[in-house]
Amino acid sequence: MRIKSTNSPKIAPSEITPEEKYLSRRALIAGGLGLAAAQSFGGFGRTAFAQSSVGAQSAAALTYTRNAQLSVTEAPNSYKDISTYNNYYEFGTDKSDPSENAQKFRTQPWNVTIAGEAEVTGTFTLEDILKPHPLEERIYRMRCVEAWSMVVPWVGFPLGDLIKRFKPTQKAKYVEFKTLYDPKQMPGERSSVLEWPYVEGLRMDEAMHPLTLMTVGLYGKVLPNQNGAPLRLITPWKYGFKGIKAIVSIKFVETMPRTTWALSAPDEYGFFANVNPAVDHPRWSQATERHIGGSLFDQRRPTLPFNGYGAQVAGLYTGMDLRKFF
Amino acid sequence: MWAVRWVLKPVVFLACLIPALHLTAGALDAAGVLNIDALSLGADPVKVMLHTCGRWALNFLMITLLLTPLRDLTHSVFWLRFRRMFGLFAFFYVLLHFTVYLVFDQAGKLGALWQDIVKRPYITIGMLGLLLLMPLAITSTAKAQRRLGRRWTQLHRLVYVIAILGVWHFWWQVKKDISQPLLYACGLAILLGYRVWKQRTALSRLIALPSSRTRAA
Repeated sequence: MRIKSTNSPKIAPSEITPEEKYLSRRALIAGGLGLAAAQSFGGFGRTAFAQSSVGAQSAAALTYTRNAQLSVTEAPNSYKDISTYNNYYEFGTDKSDPSENAQKFRTQPWNVTIAGEAEVTGTFTLEDILKPHPLEERIYRMRCVEAWSMVVPWVGFPLGDLIKRFKPTQKAKYVEFKTLYDPKQMPGERSSVLEWPYVEGLRMDEAMHPLTLMTVGLYGKVLPNQNGAPLRLITPWKYGFKGIKAIVSIKFVETMPRTTWALSAPDEYGFFANVNPAVDHPRWSQATERHIGGSLFDQRRPTLPFNGYGAQVAGLYTGMDLRKFF
Repeated sequence: MWAVRWVLKPVVFLACLIPALHLTAGALDAAGVLNIDALSLGADPVKVMLHTCGRWALNFLMITLLLTPLRDLTHSVFWLRFRRMFGLFAFFYVLLHFTVYLVFDQAGKLGALWQDIVKRPYITIGMLGLLLLMPLAITSTAKAQRRLGRRWTQLHRLVYVIAILGVWHFWWQVKKDISQPLLYACGLAILLGYRVWKQRTALSRLIALPSSRTRAA
């Protein structure tokens, strides 16, 4: 195991990288990630940084395999819909805010702190976190707690594989994640709409479940900033807000983490947040969803228990009252 | 007079239609009839249509309630010439809001609609607002005004209740960021507060009047 602990650096303004250098560094990281970014600098401008459909944003292509077994067969939503319509309150509360306000967000350098009940802890560079993991594409359903849904081709690797590297102890019952707190870069964090930094968590068995994906890419390319770059969580059987973005901290803990939305409105959002058509949000129905990208006259679709992943995950919750533990 | 009736009013009328025209174009784009990027309502056109109509309904309610204070402030009845038009536009956008909700969001299913109305407090409140607006729209003609006389004024005081219901409906459906409904609530508080204040000062003047007379006697 090649895990290197580094001190988390304090960034002086003089150290902020000019965009050009930053982009070329990104290619280096891309190389380290096992990405298709060209080894030679000459070619990379043309190949790896293919122009995406969202204005000036460009993203490096990733090397990955398709995991058909864990993918749904429904057609994914367009790159444009996925990258311009999402919730990311750190960049504003409108669904168009993230794509507008996250363009200059710096994902390099990036460190992730591993802490708590584990044998291996410390601060690691993103490259160290990602290096050993082959990437795979998984087309997952995504159901927002606001009763809309999409189908998204994520690229990532199982969180469980990452967790094993840090050898959590017997005391580790939950995993707690935190988003970067940097109000200078994340304008939403200057408002008090939620408590910052954003905190999410999973029970250990949920975290180790093969469906749980540490996500670094979308549509075969590096994740756009507005979708949670450089590192985010995806748990397709849970409401979208569980998918914490821009992760800087992973901590193994003994007690249930106090997660952001559950803290902000305990009667409306729970820790588990499993997609459940039978348990309504106090103010709106969760029985159906509007699928994004359909025709204007499409009917709302019935929402499926565990967002259609019941066969794989329902066993995690045997004997639990899902009305109580919503 | 001529200019107001034949120039200004038609211009204002057309301007009030802009949001509806924009949404119609957007809906045609979403339905694939038109294919112009600039018209696109984004990834969730139904939601944009719902929210835009709702927002303009509230805007027109607010504007309608602003006219009386404006009259008092400027000592000019000019503003009142637009009150019916703005009030009817509030009704128009509420109706459009409801239609989008019924046709596109609930796919025209009346059963689903009824379930939503009885189960979701914010929808109950919104529906109540729509129902209360109906008699006001129906009695908005000069003829009805004449026929109802004093009761017309009493009936149209319902607009205060409707505005409260509208803001409340907005407030309750917001997920977390209440800054926008708060803005409307503050605006409405000022507009209604002004009327309470006016009533009170008028009342105290009425009470003060006889007492001063007794003193004089």
